[in-house]
Amino acid sequence: MSAGDYIRIENITKRFGSFHAVDNADFGIKQGEFFSLLGPSGCGKTTLLRMIAGFEFPTEGEIYIDGQPVTGVPANKRPTNMVFQSYAIFPHLDVYDNVAYGLRKLRLDKAELDRRVKEALAMIRMDGFETRKADQMSGGQRQRVALARALVNRPKVLLLDEPLGALDKKLREQMQFELRSLQQNVGITFIFVTHDQEEALSLSDRIAVMQKGKVMQIATPRELYESPTTREVADFIGTINLLNGTVKSKDDKVAVVEAQGLGLVNVPLPADHAFAPAGAEILVGARPEKLDVVRGAPHPGEKGIKGDIGACAYLGDRNHYQVTIAGRAEPLQVATEQGDRSTLASFMPGEQVTISWGDNSLVLLPRT
Amino acid sequence: MTQPLKKVGERGIGITIFAFAYLFFLYAPMLVLPFFSFADQTIFRFPIEGFSTRWYEELGERPEMITALWNSIQVGLIASILATIMGLLAAKAITRYAMPGKGVAMGLISLPLFIPEVLLGLALLIILNLASIPLSLVTIAMGHVMLCTPFAMSVLIARMDGFDKSLEEASMDLGESGWMTFWRVTFPLIAPAIVSSLLLTFIVSFDEFLLAFFLQGDQITLPLYIWGQLRFPSNFPPVLALGTCILLVSIVLVVFAEWLRQVGAQGDTPNVGVR
Ligand SMILES: Nc1ncnc2c1ncn2[C@@H]1O[C@H](COP(=O)(O)OP(=O)(O)OP(=O)(O)O)[C@@H](O)[C@H]1O
Ligand SMILES: [Mg+2]
Repeated sequence: MSAGDYIRIENITKRFGSFHAVDNADFGIKQGEFFSLLGPSGCGKTTLLRMIAGFEFPTEGEIYIDGQPVTGVPANKRPTNMVFQSYAIFPHLDVYDNVAYGLRKLRLDKAELDRRVKEALAMIRMDGFETRKADQMSGGQRQRVALARALVNRPKVLLLDEPLGALDKKLREQMQFELRSLQQNVGITFIFVTHDQEEALSLSDRIAVMQKGKVMQIATPRELYESPTTREVADFIGTINLLNGTVKSKDDKVAVVEAQGLGLVNVPLPADHAFAPAGAEILVGARPEKLDVVRGAPHPGEKGIKGDIGACAYLGDRNHYQVTIAGRAEPLQVATEQGDRSTLASFMPGEQVTISWGDNSLVLLPRT
Repeated sequence: MTQPLKKVGERGIGITIFAFAYLFFLYAPMLVLPFFSFADQTIFRFPIEGFSTRWYEELGERPEMITALWNSIQVGLIASILATIMGLLAAKAITRYAMPGKGVAMGLISLPLFIPEVLLGLALLIILNLASIPLSLVTIAMGHVMLCTPFAMSVLIARMDGFDKSLEEASMDLGESGWMTFWRVTFPLIAPAIVSSLLLTFIVSFDEFLLAFFLQGDQITLPLYIWGQLRFPSNFPPVLALGTCILLVSIVLVVFAEWLRQVGAQGDTPNVGVR
């Protein structure tokens, strides 16, 4: 946690009875950041978001927004606004009055209120829809109105609880794009809850991965994918081959590891490698696309091991192979890029091949 | 899905006859009121001697009847408004707050529906006596509040449960207090149910005899008046005329209340995602 944090979540724990919905979350969020809470269903994302919004109150810990402690402050007195998963568009009000809802109590003069509502509607390209009611709009339009209704109040923080979850895939991708550029335009800090890792990776400046109420890792999308620090994060984000291994020796950059099925391999050391002294039981992780399948010798400068092609899957932009190697029951997942058309279906099930990898293809993870 | 419904004819004529007989026995007794109210005679006997609207014309000439009607309306208004307010508070508590003993509380509030009214009336009478509260229209109205609150509660709970609670949260999130959220969001959304509850409870109170009988002071309500007229056969036809009017108004009100309840529920937008 650094002094520059705009929002601070300090040792926040939320218990329902004896159940820990959020367990000692402790991190900071910077001003203007697009920050995501990512994790499987029931991991406590919504609970944490609702504590920031002021709908739930932590059992322990403190929350600060822009330097002010807000832990016991109710939702209507916080500088936050929320986009609900159900959008919660007021059904008895039209679009204009929905967007104007939060402004009405500011007692702005009529012209100023009108200007701000129109501005917000223009921002989400919903001008001309002023008199529509919720049931006269598509899901995507309702989603935009919910955004405008929140942003028109110029909150310090915008909270979004799976706002794209109810949209179909096409619309969801389009809205992701719009959401990101909207956030960059208004410069407001966004805290975004999702269980969709692709969505989190493509939108966020940083992501907190949660599991069973605990924050497992907070990092940029690239760091999360390339250098997960726990087995859970590695497993949750994308696909990864995990192999048991033992550290044989290490210098300050690289560990030499005896990995199941691969033999002796060099693995770059992560920033925090206290879990891996010489002799430690660890895991070696390899993303499918960091491995390659070749005939004969491995790529120059890389290491290789023999294996048999099991199942193959053609996925359009890449091929996916399951390769059985000696000394490991589970086949390794390997994804190869699709070359030109001559290489289509270049490996057949049963074919003997070599799996090729470089030192930087592998990551070191704690066993537990 | 299921097979297409068979036409009644295919099921046999028996069930058709049964259905009509059932409806006849259910509603025929009611038709006696309007029927004899238009008969030009004071005794209930066939064949009737002629058609007349004079009993309706006579209605205005019976001040005690008008007073009793006015008393009933006053009691009904007080009872329905109080019962609806209580029902609203109960519905809010039950649908919006987690509290221990919720089921027990709901059961207790509904209990007056299941206790024999005679016992309820007797108990209330004893208590009023002990507290030396004089019997009057007010005591009748209070008794009716007890009886009407469960009706109000069930109508309002159904409505409060029926709409997305995040609407209220959204209002709070946009800076409104709990009270203003009620006025700007909850109230407009449950307004049809509130009207429906007012109408229903008004009718329950308006029709009620037993509690009113126990709790009456020197002022009586319309059902008590009608009961009292049984001793005077000559007074009967105008009572029938009045009864017919009340029957009509009650039916209209109940149908309207039910329609409001359904319209209110339809107003719920599918507030989630793509349709
Ligand atoms: N009011 C409550 N009372 C008891 N348990 C609760 C309450 N709210 C949430 N929980 C529990 O806390 C856990 C976390 O819930 P939360 O809604 O935060 O999950 P989530 O990560 O948002 O999941 P999802 O992706 O399904 O929305 C769940 O196991 C849930 O059952
Ligand atoms: Mg959730």
